[in-house]
Amino acid sequence: MKQVLVACGAGIATSTVVNNAIEELAKENGIKVDLKQIRIAEVSTYEDTADLLVTTAMTKKEYTFPVINARTFLTGIGVEDTKKQILEELLK
Amino acid sequence: MSEFRFNEEVILMNLEAADYTEVLQQMGENLVKHHYVKDSFIPAIIEREQEFATGLPTAGVSVAIPHTDAVHVNQKTISIATLKNPVDFVIMGEVSETTPVQIVFMLAMDEPHSQLELLQDLMKIFQEGTFLDQLLQTDSVLDMKKQVTEKLNLSDFKGGERL
Repeated sequence: MKQVLVACGAGIATSTVVNNAIEELAKENGIKVDLKQIRIAEVSTYEDTADLLVTTAMTKKEYTFPVINARTFLTGIGVEDTKKQILEELLK
Repeated sequence: MSEFRFNEEVILMNLEAADYTEVLQQMGENLVKHHYVKDSFIPAIIEREQEFATGLPTAGVSVAIPHTDAVHVNQKTISIATLKNPVDFVIMGEVSETTPVQIVFMLAMDEPHSQLELLQDLMKIFQEGTFLDQLLQTDSVLDMKKQVTEKLNLSDFKGGERL
């Protein structure tokens, strides 16, 4: 099972929406994921276990796993592309 | 958990501000005045915006959704301001790219992880560009309150159960 980090600045607002969207996306596609909704500052705690980071916050740091910008889940613009990117990572 | 309250007093129309800090300052002062948030909310929300920007280009006009930690909040609400002139906010997830924001939805929330439906409904508004345009053209606070209340199903809220 892939571990997916869902992070925003505070870990309370936008990550809640994105977390739910990914949960649904995974369910629709019959994929089990280990979702962790966190603050962006907490990402390093999961450095060794995470497979993917989906975030609405700015990240300057380089990670060993891919990072996908989740702003489209909030605005709807380009959200299908984002979903496709996430699915590709989940199915790897 | 406090009740969610959405009244005319949290709606500011044609706010004049030179930059986003001024927008947050004025909206924050208004919430402090009406006891929705503590004094500490204002510096906290400005600092959060500097670190994690919340500008969002949408299908219609650009919006921003500034928010900060629950510890600064007394009473849950969403404060809305339409801006007389667009004010640049850095786009969420970007380092320096900005978007000219015309409507600000300031979220005062007191329970982490518990406002999913409300946030989802808010994002739905952003995805329907026409509703934002309609809000901008609204000329009374009462009318704006009515439109947002209907759109976010806020009339269902009693005792904050839905949150």
